[in-house]
Amino acid sequence: MATDTLGNRIVEPSDHGRDQGHDVQAHQHDHHDAGGMKVFGFWVYLMSDLIIFGTLFATYAVLVGGTADGPTPGEIFDLPLIMAGTFFLLFSSFTYGMAVLAMNANRIGQLKAWLWVTLLLGAGFIGLELYEFQHLIHEGYGPGRSAFLSAFFTLVGTHGLHVFFGMIWMLVMLIQLQTKGLNDITRPRIMCLSLFWHFLDIVWICVFTFVYLMGAM
Amino acid sequence: MFGKLSWDVIPYHDPIIMVVVAGMAVIIAGLVAWITYKKNWGYLWKEWITSVDHKKLGIMYFLVALVMLIRGFADALMMRSQQAAMALGSPEGYLPPEHYDQIFTAHGVIMIFFVAMPMVIGLMNLVVPLQIGARDVAYPFLNNLSFWLFASGVILINVSLFLGEFAKTGWLAYAPLSGIDYSPGVGVDYWIWALQISGIGTTLTGINFFVTILKMRTKGMTLFRMPIFTWTSFCANILIIASFPILTATIAMLTLDRYLGTNFFTNDLGGNQMMYVNLIWAWGHPEVYILILPAFGVFSEVIATYSRKRLFGYHTMVWATMAISFLAFIVWLHHFFTMGSGANVNAFFGIATMIIAIPTGVKIFNWLFTMYRGRLEFTSPVLWTLGFIITFTLGGMTGVMLAVPAANFVLHNTLFVIAHFHNVIIGGVVFGMLAGLTYWFPKAFGFKLDEKWGKRSFWCWIVGFFTAFSPLYVLSFYGAVRRMQSYDNPEYHVWMLIAWVGAVIIMLGIVCTVIQFVVSYRNREQLRDVTGDPWDGRTLEWSTSSPAPFYNFAHLPEVKSIDTFWEMKQAGEFETSKPPYKDIHMPKYTAAGPIISLFATILGFALVWHIWWLAIVGALGVFVSFLARIFNDDVDYYVPASEVERIERAHHERLTEYSKQHDVRGNVGTMGAQS
Amino acid sequence: MATSMPERSRRMRIKNLIFFKALPLLILPLLLSGCSMALMDPKGEVGSEIKSLIITAFWLMMIVVIPVIVMTFLFAWRYRNTNYKAKYTPNWAHSNVIEAIVWFVPLVIIAFLAIITWQTSHSLNPNVPIDAEEGTEPMEIDVVALDWKWLFIYPDLGIASVNEVAFPVDTPVQFNITSGTVMNAFMIPRLGSQLYAMAGMDNELYLIANEEGIYPGRSTNFSGAGFSEMIFAAQATSQEGFEAWVEKVRQSSETLSFEQGYEELAAPSVGHPVEYFSNVPAELYDNIVMSFKNGTAVQPGHSGGHGGHGGGHAAEQDEHGEGHDVAMSAEVAE
Repeated sequence: MATDTLGNRIVEPSDHGRDQGHDVQAHQHDHHDAGGMKVFGFWVYLMSDLIIFGTLFATYAVLVGGTADGPTPGEIFDLPLIMAGTFFLLFSSFTYGMAVLAMNANRIGQLKAWLWVTLLLGAGFIGLELYEFQHLIHEGYGPGRSAFLSAFFTLVGTHGLHVFFGMIWMLVMLIQLQTKGLNDITRPRIMCLSLFWHFLDIVWICVFTFVYLMGAM
Repeated sequence: MFGKLSWDVIPYHDPIIMVVVAGMAVIIAGLVAWITYKKNWGYLWKEWITSVDHKKLGIMYFLVALVMLIRGFADALMMRSQQAAMALGSPEGYLPPEHYDQIFTAHGVIMIFFVAMPMVIGLMNLVVPLQIGARDVAYPFLNNLSFWLFASGVILINVSLFLGEFAKTGWLAYAPLSGIDYSPGVGVDYWIWALQISGIGTTLTGINFFVTILKMRTKGMTLFRMPIFTWTSFCANILIIASFPILTATIAMLTLDRYLGTNFFTNDLGGNQMMYVNLIWAWGHPEVYILILPAFGVFSEVIATYSRKRLFGYHTMVWATMAISFLAFIVWLHHFFTMGSGANVNAFFGIATMIIAIPTGVKIFNWLFTMYRGRLEFTSPVLWTLGFIITFTLGGMTGVMLAVPAANFVLHNTLFVIAHFHNVIIGGVVFGMLAGLTYWFPKAFGFKLDEKWGKRSFWCWIVGFFTAFSPLYVLSFYGAVRRMQSYDNPEYHVWMLIAWVGAVIIMLGIVCTVIQFVVSYRNREQLRDVTGDPWDGRTLEWSTSSPAPFYNFAHLPEVKSIDTFWEMKQAGEFETSKPPYKDIHMPKYTAAGPIISLFATILGFALVWHIWWLAIVGALGVFVSFLARIFNDDVDYYVPASEVERIERAHHERLTEYSKQHDVRGNVGTMGAQS
Repeated sequence: MATSMPERSRRMRIKNLIFFKALPLLILPLLLSGCSMALMDPKGEVGSEIKSLIITAFWLMMIVVIPVIVMTFLFAWRYRNTNYKAKYTPNWAHSNVIEAIVWFVPLVIIAFLAIITWQTSHSLNPNVPIDAEEGTEPMEIDVVALDWKWLFIYPDLGIASVNEVAFPVDTPVQFNITSGTVMNAFMIPRLGSQLYAMAGMDNELYLIANEEGIYPGRSTNFSGAGFSEMIFAAQATSQEGFEAWVEKVRQSSETLSFEQGYEELAAPSVGHPVEYFSNVPAELYDNIVMSFKNGTAVQPGHSGGHGGHGGGHAAEQDEHGEGHDVAMSAEVAE
């Protein structure tokens, strides 16, 4: 697992200037394995985030019938468009995987390049989603039209918002790679972002299946 | 420019509010003047506001909780007075519905979110890292941020007192009453943002302590050697991680309904109000276990320590705690049997609820058998514990009665429910936190609390509690319901008056606690805890000095059994720290938490009043200050060994001095032996 | 520490003992006698059964509660730190026998309670019709919670009343409960079960009165400013008395239908007087329930062609006009 690789990496003596002359082994014991713990904590955070999505999914399942004489799921989804967005997001998970491989090989240039590719794919996904939303609202099917549309916009929009923040985070990491390079601070962050990005992918697969595919059927 | 905000939103017409606000203004101005006069701002900023020390954060949580307790209790007293007023011949009392409805809403919200939660979290902060032999929590900065986000919620709810109004919906803001159609004012918005911002802080705390307990235990401390308070806190944090996101999502949906006109919980356009009730209780029921489990932990520590005996059935306690944590998630529907879900559903949730009584009952028996063949010392924490066992048992009994759906159909929404949950929350959480406060106070401040006033407080609370709440059980059988601003039934009168007397007696208990603090502070030299182990404790927090040094332990202890410290003392093996010392890696204090939270407060306030430009300022402020934190790598440092040695030597000198003055035996003797 | 306690605390403990032992003794007779207590002196079959259920559950739990309270005092007193005669075993912390008993006893009691719970959940399910003597047809009354009053519709008789309801004794009554506003709960304590009233939903509650009388009823679920006075009188009368009451209602010159009069009635009002309507279409109740599904609902804020309302909510809107506007503009955006 990714976290394990990272944990091992962190155990290597750190290159902090202040550390010199100290018993590194003792510090490891005294204090904690900071990088590994960050990734673990972030993983726990993702579990709590998953419960937010779970709540939104449950709400969607309850409210999907509440169309209030408005459109039903089958009537408004543009599957080819969604497929394109899904492809962007799934492929971006792959490119992020490449970025982590590059990081593990200490190839900072490749790492940055893959992050840029991921970022662009994410932007493509968000772009398509915004287009879909704009189109629906324009048709008169905004989130205030019915409970079903409220739940739909909120579930899909929450995921989109997560992707958006993931992109901002990616930009921040690109800047930090430029200024700080790869070190004990940036490595765990890239690992956390990796977890985040794959997590969003998994959530999207659920959204795609339960909302779009089952809705269109 | 200022959204809905204008001079008219200040409730000039309400003399009660204006007097309260004036009083608060005077107190705050006095505090500010005093701090300025003493030139203490720098000290406050450097040592407290920016502190990431879990002990200091624990103290600050408790301080805010006690202040909010006074506010929440003032609400309670006003409610009791209003209902007693009818008995005294005033058919409408002195509080009009719009004010009364805000008061009972504020009372519930404040007591749960801004009194009980910070007490529990404060105690976890103070105690858990010390109990597991850690130097700090897993994410010290996040811990500070959690506190200030919580403080942000406190600020918002207090601002609602004099700018606008608070929610008039009941503490859980059931939709559609809390929707924009039926509550167009800003009250519900205050409720939303106060809970949302502090709730995020709570979730972060949950993650933080979950990781802390899993990853930061000292050598030898396996899971089944953890002190019970750590165990119960651990389970409470799992519950936080699993349940607070539900609250976040639910409030977010209510927010969308109110701000963007969506239809999650509206009456029409397909909205579903039952969804709101289900979701809010899917969080709300685990929430009460988040509060009570750590209190159970406190009682376990207290009863074992003062019985001078091992806790009976440690493993059973742990498994019972886990069972309760699990069951907490499958009982939420018992809060609304009367929705009409059908007999099978109701019976399932009713029986699931009753099953919780089994592990809880086992816990109670285990505390009893801890006393059995012990040497129980009647300190005030023990009195709180005994009071708890009786009060909570009765509360548990009425809880099971409520869990029988058919009985619930007549008891629901009556004062029976009010009496029941005060029975378990006052008897459980409040007594537990006050016991914990007394028990661990010396570890935080270096001196003990005055016992005489502590016991007076206990007697006032217990007598006041039964005087105030037993009448509510009786009233419920007369058909008296909750949240009545007025009633027209002479049968209620005498009971309402008795309940009012009870509330006044509880007030005396709170006054006793305040006096207890003052007296203890004045007599702090006599009450000084030099040894660090004033109660002949059993767990690791008592092995370090009082107050604990900021790094907690000069050398991280090694654990061999459950009551490891006590066993070491018994075997004469315990020694305080000895040179050589090593450098200690510690987190630096940071201003990021308070700054981020300041902007979060601005954001919340702006959203309440629809001041969109200010909301953007607030959001950007949060973002930029968070970025600044991310780009700051200078977050930790090493405490030089010489500094550690200086602090430890001073402690040893005090110990030697102390053992010369006192003819001490036992643990103090072994502790003072070296240096 | 050890020397500071004995004298004073002993006195305190004695007080303590008297207080706690007296407490259940004080409450119990009240619970059981309770001549004028609504729940302990029910006037209908449902209420009676619930009363005996509550008492059974209470005594079942006393099997654990009383020993716990006795043991608390007994152990605390016997093993006080000044009593050196008592046995002291500092390392004794486990006993299979005790563990087995403390799991087993609560388990058995809860098992008993669970069986009772399962049975009563079904037998006292408020949605299930009550068996009555042969020949008595259940009577149907529609109940609508409004801000802040109760509307009772008799679909078979074509009449309606506000804040007063009447029905003959010994006749099962089927209340169809809904709300024209926020969530409320319909309850007549002397007769038994309560049930939520929710907009757009239809909840059935069966009750029966076995004794004539006027029983207070009310909303038990907080619903806003006028909640405290959202009360009504339930008249359980003889058959003749009921017919006389119907006749009285029929005398009224007021009529009510969804299109006419309902909107006015639904406007918020506190302490609404008793009102009678002599001519009411049978489908009024369905109209009200359906109005939340087909967009014709009478709600503050959602104008939907319904114009303004007087009273509480509307007044608030004037004060905080912009909240109103936001809801409106969202609608416009649609």
